[in-house]
Amino acid sequence: MAGYRDLLAQLRGEIDEVDAPRAHELDGALFIDVREQEEWDEGHIPGAVHVSRGHLESRIENAAPDKAQPIVVYCQSGNRSVFATRTLEELGYENVTSLAGGYTDWKRNGFPTQLPRSLEPDQRARYSRHLLIPEVGVEGQLKLLQSRVLLIGAGGLGSPASLYLAAAGVGTLGIIDDDRVDASNLQRQIAHSTEALGDWKVDSAKRTLEALNPDVNVVTYRERLTSENVDRILADGWDVILDGADNFPTRYLVNDASVWHDVPVVHGSIYRFEGQVTVFQPKDGPCYRCLFPTPPPPELAPSCAEGGVLGVLPGIVGSLQANETIKLLLGIGESLAGRLLLFDALATEFSEVKLRKDPACPVCGEHPTITEYIDYVEFCSGRPAHA
Amino acid sequence: MTTVRIPPTLRPEVGGERQVPARGETVRELLDDLMSRFPGLRTQLVEDDDIAPFVNVYVEGEDVRTLDGIETPVREGATVILLPAMAGGS
Repeated sequence: MAGYRDLLAQLRGEIDEVDAPRAHELDGALFIDVREQEEWDEGHIPGAVHVSRGHLESRIENAAPDKAQPIVVYCQSGNRSVFATRTLEELGYENVTSLAGGYTDWKRNGFPTQLPRSLEPDQRARYSRHLLIPEVGVEGQLKLLQSRVLLIGAGGLGSPASLYLAAAGVGTLGIIDDDRVDASNLQRQIAHSTEALGDWKVDSAKRTLEALNPDVNVVTYRERLTSENVDRILADGWDVILDGADNFPTRYLVNDASVWHDVPVVHGSIYRFEGQVTVFQPKDGPCYRCLFPTPPPPELAPSCAEGGVLGVLPGIVGSLQANETIKLLLGIGESLAGRLLLFDALATEFSEVKLRKDPACPVCGEHPTITEYIDYVEFCSGRPAHA
Repeated sequence: MTTVRIPPTLRPEVGGERQVPARGETVRELLDDLMSRFPGLRTQLVEDDDIAPFVNVYVEGEDVRTLDGIETPVREGATVILLPAMAGGS
């Protein structure tokens, strides 16, 4: 019976190997690291994907869906990768080579390596259900922990959205709100509690979110977003803005600022039983002004304070916003950019309409006519001076 | 006959209905038919003989502003959505 060395030698003769200098020159090859977690944690080839050999068969198709893509498999010294290369060939991968000499030889040649930031043991436990999803995993979770999301409003939409983002481990959440918690908020604004009545919403939300997840740093802005403070707040650096404002002037202000600062906006709005959700991607996609070029006259646009809202509705819409935000942060899936999702809670019906970039848009169009902040209250007062 | 989805803010004008049937081969004809039966809709949908700038009309999921505007043809059985902006979030 053949022993390990015989089998290794036999396989080595049957598969293709590449040495470190040649592998380093390869363009467009995907490096698959088949070592154990502890080995990966001590450093790996930049851009490599980690699929330990024990999980190779079950996870490789998620990691490398294209079976024609050139793949370089490596381990520590170039032996385990021989067996892994054979496995990938058996799974139908057409262009697989094993890195001769493995990671050790790669390092000896002085080629770049990357030390992964890794999760603490308690973080591994907390985020274990994320770590099990190939689209998230350790890399994705680390990305979330490094991410910064700015929430406009700590109210109906901001409450559920911020709770889910905090639970997901989004590392920094900024919250802008200048209101205090009122009894009429508690039917839906689940980041606040009866004990918080009378407190500033930003303080109440910060307590709730940091109690839920101490990994999260909540940055509070106890002010109303205005043309005067928006640049200062955005200068703090945000990956995504989650818009849960309750009025048109703020919606238009958020839009213009996000286009000029190049930050995507996850938009949600609610009224009675109906919600709207979309994503505005500056540059590529349509903006809020492409969707609604002109605000409605105030008498035709009652707020939730005037017209009411079903308490659970912001829970659904805010959760959809959190979902879009997490996808944007991770760079996975199809965002709602270019689509406006409509939700009707009475009929329990989702529908969708298309959103297109308006070449004549005054802010994101080909020849912008609005290039600095305007008086948004006046713009939305029904007597627009800048329409 | 075409079914027109009425947004919550406009429902009081149509007796509270979520959707109402309307007749017409273009958006203009549909709106005329609706407004003849529900005159309260006029100021909320039309301005200067065109669709009011603060209202979006979608035919089969497409904003008619990207098609032929108020003259956009509507085929029998199409889904038409009237959508004014909503700002609520709190």
